[in-house]
Amino acid sequence: MSSQHIRRSLDEDLRYITTQIAAMGGHAERMVEQSVEALTTGDEALARKIIQNDAVLDGLEREIGERAVEILARRQPMAGDLREIVGAIRISGDLERIGDLGKNIAKRSIIIGEVAQLRRLFVGFAALSDLAMEQLKAVLDAYAAQSVDRIASVRDRDREIDAKYTSLFREMLTCMMEDPANITPCTHLIFCAKNIERVGDHATNIAETVYHIMTGEQLPADRPKEDRSHVVGAASAGNGAEKPDRRS
Amino acid sequence: MTDDGGRKPVRYAGAAGVRRNLPFILAGGLLLLAMELWSGGSGVVSAAGILGLLILSALQPTRSGGANAKALSETPEGGRISAAELAAAINDPIYFLDEEGTVLYSNGAARDAFGPLAEGSAIQLKFRSPEMQVFLRDALKSKQTETSVDYVERIPMERVYRVSARAIGEGGRRFVLHFRDQSEARRIDRMRADFIANASHELRTPLASISGFIETLRGPARDDPKAQEQFLQIMHGQTRRMARLIDDLLTLSRIEAKPVGKPTEPVDLRPLVAGVCDTLRQVADEAGVNIEIEFPDGPFEVAGFRDELVQVFENLVSNACKYGRDGKRVVVQAKVEAGGEKSVTVTDFGPGIAEEHLPRLTERFYRADSGTGPSQQGTGLGLAIVKHILNRHGARLIIRSRPGEGSSFTVHFPAPEF
Repeated sequence: MSSQHIRRSLDEDLRYITTQIAAMGGHAERMVEQSVEALTTGDEALARKIIQNDAVLDGLEREIGERAVEILARRQPMAGDLREIVGAIRISGDLERIGDLGKNIAKRSIIIGEVAQLRRLFVGFAALSDLAMEQLKAVLDAYAAQSVDRIASVRDRDREIDAKYTSLFREMLTCMMEDPANITPCTHLIFCAKNIERVGDHATNIAETVYHIMTGEQLPADRPKEDRSHVVGAASAGNGAEKPDRRS
Repeated sequence: MTDDGGRKPVRYAGAAGVRRNLPFILAGGLLLLAMELWSGGSGVVSAAGILGLLILSALQPTRSGGANAKALSETPEGGRISAAELAAAINDPIYFLDEEGTVLYSNGAARDAFGPLAEGSAIQLKFRSPEMQVFLRDALKSKQTETSVDYVERIPMERVYRVSARAIGEGGRRFVLHFRDQSEARRIDRMRADFIANASHELRTPLASISGFIETLRGPARDDPKAQEQFLQIMHGQTRRMARLIDDLLTLSRIEAKPVGKPTEPVDLRPLVAGVCDTLRQVADEAGVNIEIEFPDGPFEVAGFRDELVQVFENLVSNACKYGRDGKRVVVQAKVEAGGEKSVTVTDFGPGIAEEHLPRLTERFYRADSGTGPSQQGTGLGLAIVKHILNRHGARLIIRSRPGEGSSFTVHFPAPEF
């Protein structure tokens, strides 16, 4: 077998892997998007569909993993090719987790159902998920375009997600204090918000992996972490309860 | 990104196609003539029909390479047009693909709409939605018929395309992917739905309060002129608020319904901001606020839509006057930043905004205040409008605030390209 021949089939393998990653990315994006839609509109049928669709993502991850291991064993790729294979395994892991988070939101949306009092929280929710989706799209686009130009800005935007999450968290605490009947749905909502915030984190992970694939270097280690909800105690939220007014 | 349409540009049959398809054209023409006679028409229809047939056959891609290519070079007008040249002249996004989905060529409209794709990379990487993946797989396999699908992009702005794929060139091994933008229709639909939902929701509260007061006026307060006067005052305030709400909702909907597209016209912000501050003089005087304007010398131009930018600064400055009235002054400062970016900052010295509200101020109907004081007048839509307009301009809004010291709203415009 000539080296030319090996080269060509390795390229084919890599191409296969990257297109599968893209397909997975598309599914993951769709799952998160739809889960938030199911949550904000109280669409139970959609939620059940999302829960079923998660199997597709799991299947794709398994397939990419198996194929990647096979390529590693048979072709023993080096340098950039090796990074691409290992990167693909990592990215598919992140995407699979994103799918799980979407599925979890869908499950909770069924429990929450259509609670009219929570309507006002959904505006903030949609805004939070838009930010996370923007991140995810940007990293997957960077992966498609094989460019690292926008990678750093993706990571910077993580700050915005964290800030928004912290603010939503506070709002939900207030909501629970106003009426104990809100405690159950709001607790689920807090988990949903956390899930979306985690989607942003996974997008950041993928950004780092893509950067590594393209350049062979680690993205400079200045990872912002700003989930400040742990400092928002009941007391401080209580003070806030008099101040903010969110008309509904 | 190759600009020569991959290796072999697709050629169109031109005059050769007309010659080759002559029998069909004649037959078609006769048929049209017959229909014409039968219906007693004016002859225009059949003439147009024959012309159409001629054009169609001229545009038909050559199927068998050599002979036709030779015929092509014989055309007296030198009518050879490469597919890339043709695609570059079209405003819809177009991709040429091989049967694997590798991008051989993308036109300028495609790059503008969807951003760059690495040379030779697979189209599937860019269009990841499950429907598009299935569509591409089937379209690249079928080779024969034209197929189409709707493609929706939600982020950063909603765009809807009708995508069609079709095999071109010899052997059906290359494909053209054509996107037709249908966002406009979708946006208008959405605008209508949103407007109704928001309007009914937001108008209900003041309406309920007015109807409550009317009941009181007719009942318990019938003979109490003092209470009557007070209630009428409140009702007056509520109706004014409702009017403002409708104005804002209409503005927002109108901006949202406008087509996507970045502005290219230079707008000088110096006279624009001065004009805005003049119209707000009364508001400022009522609030007891002095507006200071600081611009660098010479014109301060950004790419923008004039009317929309007026709205941005009107909102920012009037907010600063209302919420920052305790500070007694509002500063509007323009700066050229490093890298050619231009920024305009509106600063007030009022009570400031608590940190937790900052990330959310631009959401619709989000309000950081308690619904008392001057801000009671607000509709909760001003900053949503500002943000929407700035999105259209590719500009950013940065809000900084420190409780007790005041707030600043900075608009960053990208470096102009004219």
